Order: sequence, then C-alpha cells, then structure tokens
Amino acid sequence: MSSEIRFTDFKSDKQPTWCPGCGDFGTMNGMMKALANTGNDPDNTFVVAGIGCSGKIGTYMHSYALHGVHGRALPVGIGTKLSNPELEVMVAGGDGDGYSIGAGHFIHAVRRNVDMTYVVMDNRIYGLTKGQASPTSREDFETSTSPDGPKQPPVNPLALALAAGGTFIAQSFSSDSQRHTEIVKKAIEHDGFGFVNVYSPCVTFNDVDTYDYFRDTIVDLSETDHDPTDYDDAKSAILDADKEYQGVIYQDEGSVPFDEREGLSEPMHDIPDGAPDDAMDLVREFY
Amino acid sequence: MPADLNWAIGGEAGDGIDSTGKIFAQALSRAGRHVFTSKDFASRIRGGYTAYKIRTSVDQVESVVDRLDILIALTERTIDENMNELHEGSVIIYDGERTTMQDVEIPDEMIGLDVPLKSLAEDAGGAIMRNIVALGAACEVTNFPIENLDESLEKRFKDKGQAIVENNKKAARLGQEYVAEECDADTDYDMETTDNDYVLLNGNEALGMGAIAAGCRFYSGYPITPATSIMEYLTGRLDSYGGKVVQAEDELAAINMALGAARAGARAMTATSGAGIDLMTETFGLVATSETPLVITDVQRSGPSTGMPTKQEQGDLNMALYGGHGEVPRFVVAPTNISECFWKTIEAFNLAEKYQTPVFLVSDLAMSVSEQTFPPETFDMDEVEIDRGKVVDEDSISDWQNEQGQFQPHFPNADGVSPRAFPGTEGGAHMTTGLEHDELGRRTEDTDIRIEQVDKRQQKVDTAREEEEWDYREYGEPDADTLVISWGSNEGAMREALGFLEEEGTDVRFISVPYIHPRPDLSDEIDAADEVIVVECNSTGQFADLLEHDTLTRVKRVNKYNGVRFKADELAEEIEAKLGEPTEVEAE
Ligand SMILES: Cc1ncc(C[n+]2csc(CCOP(=O)(O)OP(=O)(O)O)c2C)c(N)n1
Ligand code: SF4
Ligand SMILES: [Mg+2]
Repeated sequence: MSSEIRFTDFKSDKQPTWCPGCGDFGTMNGMMKALANTGNDPDNTFVVAGIGCSGKIGTYMHSYALHGVHGRALPVGIGTKLSNPELEVMVAGGDGDGYSIGAGHFIHAVRRNVDMTYVVMDNRIYGLTKGQASPTSREDFETSTSPDGPKQPPVNPLALALAAGGTFIAQSFSSDSQRHTEIVKKAIEHDGFGFVNVYSPCVTFNDVDTYDYFRDTIVDLSETDHDPTDYDDAKSAILDADKEYQGVIYQDEGSVPFDEREGLSEPMHDIPDGAPDDAMDLVREFY
Repeated sequence: MPADLNWAIGGEAGDGIDSTGKIFAQALSRAGRHVFTSKDFASRIRGGYTAYKIRTSVDQVESVVDRLDILIALTERTIDENMNELHEGSVIIYDGERTTMQDVEIPDEMIGLDVPLKSLAEDAGGAIMRNIVALGAACEVTNFPIENLDESLEKRFKDKGQAIVENNKKAARLGQEYVAEECDADTDYDMETTDNDYVLLNGNEALGMGAIAAGCRFYSGYPITPATSIMEYLTGRLDSYGGKVVQAEDELAAINMALGAARAGARAMTATSGAGIDLMTETFGLVATSETPLVITDVQRSGPSTGMPTKQEQGDLNMALYGGHGEVPRFVVAPTNISECFWKTIEAFNLAEKYQTPVFLVSDLAMSVSEQTFPPETFDMDEVEIDRGKVVDEDSISDWQNEQGQFQPHFPNADGVSPRAFPGTEGGAHMTTGLEHDELGRRTEDTDIRIEQVDKRQQKVDTAREEEEWDYREYGEPDADTLVISWGSNEGAMREALGFLEEEGTDVRFISVPYIHPRPDLSDEIDAADEVIVVECNSTGQFADLLEHDTLTRVKRVNKYNGVRFKADELAEEIEAKLGEPTEVEAE
C-alpha cells in the first residue's frame, strides 16, 4: 500500500483556520511528506496533538489521532506506542505546550527514548491565547502580560534534550520546506525519540522572530563540517546562543529505543475471551 | 474462650514487623485457619511505631476488633499504643534484656513473658532472627503446633539457602522451648487446625489479580501510598502476559499514558491515592469526551492535602463522582470487601469497554493493606467473562463509514455507544479530541451537534443503568425497623456488628452498596424503615448526602448546555412548559 501513498492522503477534509502565512502550514506539510516518504499511511499512523494553534494540526491531518489536554501530548504518545509498537507515533505541539506546561513530560520522554517522533512548532509565543510570552520568547520581548519583556532568559530546548540524554536532536525552519521535510524524515527513521524543534513563525503576534529574521540568521549545519554523531560538536552548536541552526544537531547511532529494550513489539489489543489459561496459578501464589 | 484469637507484633518501622507478621499469618492459613490482618503504620521507613495484627479463627473473619490477646512487643511504645486493646489475661512477649525494655512494667492483670529474643536468636545463628524466636514463643503460648510455621519459613527464606531456613526453624524452636521451660504461661488457647487450603491476599493484590484476569495489558502509575502495591503486584506479572507496567514521571503522565494505551486498544488502568487523583482530574473529561475506555483506581487515604497518608478514609466519593470541570459521564464502582476487589475490577474493565467511558474503581486504605484468607475457588478464573463492546475490524468497518468512506467514532447510536476501531485497522483512521466534536471526531461548536454529542455520551450511562445490574448485598433481618447502609470496605465490620447488635436485642437490616454511580434505587427500602443510618469513613457523610438526594421530593429541571446562556423570554417559555408536567421519581 505504501508505494501509492501520497502526502495529500494525510490531509483531512478540514480547511486549516491558521492565519494566512502562519508557519504551521509549512510545518504540517513537511510532516505529512515525511510520513508518506517513510512508507507510512494514515491507518498505521497515530498523531497526538497538543493544545495551541499548533495543536490544531490533529484536525487538519488525516490519521488516527488524539487532540488531548494542554501539555500532555507526549505521555499519550508513549502509552500508544508502547501498547502498539507497530504504529508510527508522531506527537506535535507548541513551545508553550512542550516547554512550559509540559516541560516535565518533555524531559522524561527524552530520557525514556521511546521510538517515536516529537515535533515542536516553536513560534516563541502563545498564539492561541493571543500573544503572551512563551518559554522560548526573548528576554526583552514585549507582550500583553510582559510589557517590558519576560525578563527571564528563554529556555534552550535543544540543551534540555541533550542534558536529558537525547538520542536525536534536530532543528528546522518551516519555510525551508525541503530541509524541514528531510529533517523530520530522519527523526521518523531514527531508532528512538526523534525530537525536532521547528521554527514556525507566528505572523500575528510575534514581530521579532519573523521569517526574515530566520532567513537572515539561520545556518544550515549540513553546509558546515558539523558531525551530528559527535557529542562535542553537538554540544558546542547547541550552547552557541548567537546562532540559529537548522539540521540534525545530534544523533546517537547506537540508540536502542525503550520499547525494544523492554522487548515490546506486539500490539496489546488482542486478549482472550476469559481469564488467561494459567490464571489459577496467580491465585495459588497466595497459598 | 472466644473462638477467635487476636495476635499482634509491634515495634519500630524497619524492625521487620511486616514480614514477621506475614510469616505467622501464612502459617495459620496453611494450617487451615482463617486469618484477617491489619496494619498500624507510619509513612516513614525507619522510626515510628508500626504493628501487624492478625485475627484468626476456624470460621471466616473479615474485620478487626478492639481486643488483643497476644502481643509481641519489640518496643515499650508498642505496649502503650495497644493498652486499650489489651485485657485481663492478655499475653505480652518482650525481651527484657533489651536496654530500652528493661524498665517495662506489665500490668498485673496481664501475663508478661520476658523472653531473651536476641540471645536465643544469636544461639540459633544470628540476632537478626529475634522476631522468629518470638514467633516460636507465640506458638507455645497459643498451643499452635510449631510445624505449621516451618512451611512459611521455607517460603520466606528459601531464596537465601537451606542453611538460613534451618537456622530460622531452630530459632523458632528455641523460643518455643524457652517459654515451655522457663515461663509460667498457662493459657488454654485452642488453635484448632483444619485440612482446608486457603489463599491469603490483600485488597490491592486482589485488584491487581483482577486486572490481569480481565486482560489488562497496560498499567501506568506514580508511586503513592497506598496505591503503589498495585503497581508492585503488576510489575513482572503483567509482562508475562504480554503487557507492560510503566512508572510515569507524575500522575498527569500516568493517566495520559494509560489513555494513549487505551486508544491503541489495550485494556489499560492507572491507580493512585490522595493528591494523585487531584492531578489526574485534569484528564477525566478528555477520557469521557474522546470516549476512551479507562479504569481509574483511587485507593482512598486520609486527606485533604497530604492528610494522614497511612490512615483510612472514604473521603473521595465526591471527587470520583464529580471530579473534573464540566459534566463528565462516568461509572463509579466501589468494592465492598477484598474478594470483591477482584471481581469488581473485572466488571470495571467490561463497563469501560462496553460503554467507552471512564470507570472509577474506588477502594480504600483499609482494604488495600488488610489480608484475608479465602478458599482459592473464590477467585474461580473460569467464571471470568470479558466483554469488549463494539469493536470493529477491517471487515465490519464499512458499516460504520459515512458516504465519503470516513469512519465515525462518535456516531450517535440510540444506545449512545459508537463503534471502536483500533489504530492500525484499515479504513478506520479518525481523530478524536477533548474539544466538542461531531460524529467524525472533528471539532465543532454547532449547537445542535453539541447537544447531540452531550446526550449521546450521557445516554451510555442511561443505557447501562437499564442493561446492567446495579445490585447490593443484604445482611441481617430483612424486616427490621432499623436500616443500616454503607459503601466500600465497612461491610465486614458491619456484618459482624449485626451479631453484637442482635445480642443486645437490636435487629438491623444491613445493605452494602458497591455501586455509587449508577447506584441501586433504595427509595423503597429507605421508606420501609423507621430509622436509616448511613455508615462511612468520612466526616460529612458523602454517601448519606447522595441517598438523601435520591429520596428527596423531586424538583422539575430546566437545563441548557448548547453553549448559549439563558435568555429571558426563552426561560419564561421553558418554565411555562414545565408547569403541570409530572415529576419523574427515579433514583440514579
Ligand atoms: C490547563 C490549561 N491551561 C491553559 C490553557 C490555555 N492555553 C491554550 S493554548 C495555550 C498556549 C499555547 O501556546 P503554544 O503551546 O506555544 O501554542 P501556539 O498557540 O503558540 O501554537 C494556553 C495557555 C489550556 N488550554 N489548558
Ligand atoms: S496566531 Fe500565530 S500561531 Fe496562531 S495561527 Fe495565527 S499566525 Fe499561526
Ligand atoms: Mg507557541
């Protein structure tokens, strides 16, 4: 079936209501292409979406999907993947969803290294709630709830991921469709937790982290001598606060996903009509 | 001499109280005696008084009483803590050589047995066995054949090698002989043994075993007393049935992981206590609106906040019934005894999948830590029935697709229950969401669809109310003027209380209710009684409130939930329309 799958098969019949020009269009297109290019189809794909403008992606894509509670998309994806490792599980959400209310889950999902993909649509703002500071907003970025800027340094999600033992850490830019698709595809193919932070500009509420800004500053790691399998290379790129990088920043080629380490490969949905055959043994344990 | 014997060992947390008590309980059970155990404990691992108590009889026992016949006291405080339960003729076994026990005063009317537990243990091979010496002493005092202890010592220590097993047997015998030869403890306890084989387990073990029997494959949780032992029971065991236990980073993650697993088609459960259920509340509504079958277990402990984490309470009834913003259709089931922790768990999984909705399985601390003996056939696995509800596969999926070939996971069938397609089923791809949605799972704010979907989800509870049995257990005198009603683990104590009341000449009809929502309609029973008393472990009477609510004179209701506020002219019309309509008298 996969050879006939086109990326448009992953489109639902709902027209996106994102603002014209929103970065999320490009982010979603790349995700759909990457899914199709890796031989997936909507019936074996499970998308978990967070809450935010970004989270609407669950509605605009066609696949098995759950649009859950703000910040909790990753645990849902982990539960789904572990109980059916045959599914392609992709989790997507915003920077607020992933790095603020869901920050705890982010760290632990990275550590757990389940074989799934996590795409953060990072616009450095809370879009859906109409423009408040997000954890990736700049220190002096003025918003309705931070008139003089949040006065806290932005989090560095890539550094968080590296510190938590991430095995695949990447960054892309929604308007560089080809590179973005390639990078998400690599994340899908990675054996473990494939994490991609996507610069996905909000044209309505963020006038500093704009398309022009990213176009002017972004450095493509594939055009440098960066070696993503080299931890030290990755560390210096990630800690270099002056640059916006795109590309695979770090990949641990020896990564063995949690599901595989735990010997999980079969779906858990089929069970017998009654108690398991040897269930009386469970009772006898209590003699 | 009473038919039951009440025995306890107490000391500091970390003194091995639990494992010693368990060895004795198992020995009694192996000897064909019934056992009911309970624990006094502090939440600290070391430091703080703790005790393991056993009530034993040849007849079934399922409650505790305020009477202690034999006490092994490793600390002076153990005696103080139990003074109100000790009585004339109670035996206290202690080690007067222990520096902290040298000044212990045993009340005159009691029998103090000063046994050099530590020295005798050293003679047997190591001071660590002093508790076992005490068990041997207890065997002698209670006239319990010490051979019965050997089997449970083997069970407990066989992993450590035969030499250790033999040393422990020797330690027990040294304790026995010391009492026989050196002490004047002429008691006439008759510890009759039988040929019956019993199993000994607590409520959390029964609940965990029920989950496996029911086909649970995924469990996620975050450690919290007293729910943790469910996770500990399932760890290792669930794996051997192709399942997985995951220790999540918090309860928010725990319930969401279980939700994800349930969406993938696995029978899934999470369990928690105390503040853990507060964190999970956030996700209750999502479970219900996405129509995901999920069993959420709350082993209640004393609250609010951190409360008394190792103490009993039934304070979460309102939380289970009403927790979560908005209106969350659900079932609430509360097992009333330890064997029911097994059977009601199986029922909870069936309800969850048949009606694709959250099921709250509400247990409590008392049941979770108490062990009770049962004939093994109490848990007859051949009786277990699994009902997975409306699951569709590749072949039947087209019956549930619309004209565009789209699968309709929230199709509003008359019974409220829609088809379910596990991810991976060809032709079944669909989304679902915590946002209000249409039959395809797509977000909507259309007022008609909103009403259709709210009604559909509620209809599932109404359908279940009709189709399932929401019965209760009844004891005592059916025609008595006094009706006592309780829910949860009070059943055992109340059943035994009936006997005491009868001795005093008070006849009581007792109804024990395992279903909180929906629940049996008790209006007639309540009407028929002169006095109705509701028994529950909380301060305000949460279940009593419900029963009062059920038997209230009915009011008429005007409701609106399409997302638009009441308008004045509309309200006037609605109220006009209600006038003259009969009120429905119908309990939940
Ligand atoms: C528990 C909870 N708190 C607050 C909200 C309100 N809320 C919805 S989306 C959002 C932030 C969205 O920001 P982000 O995750 O960056 O997504 P974006 O809209 O920028 O794509 C907030 C605070 C909510 N839905 N749930
Ligand atoms: S508000 Fe910003 S993030 Fe939201 S849709 Fe509009 S442009 Fe996109
Ligand atoms: Mg954002």
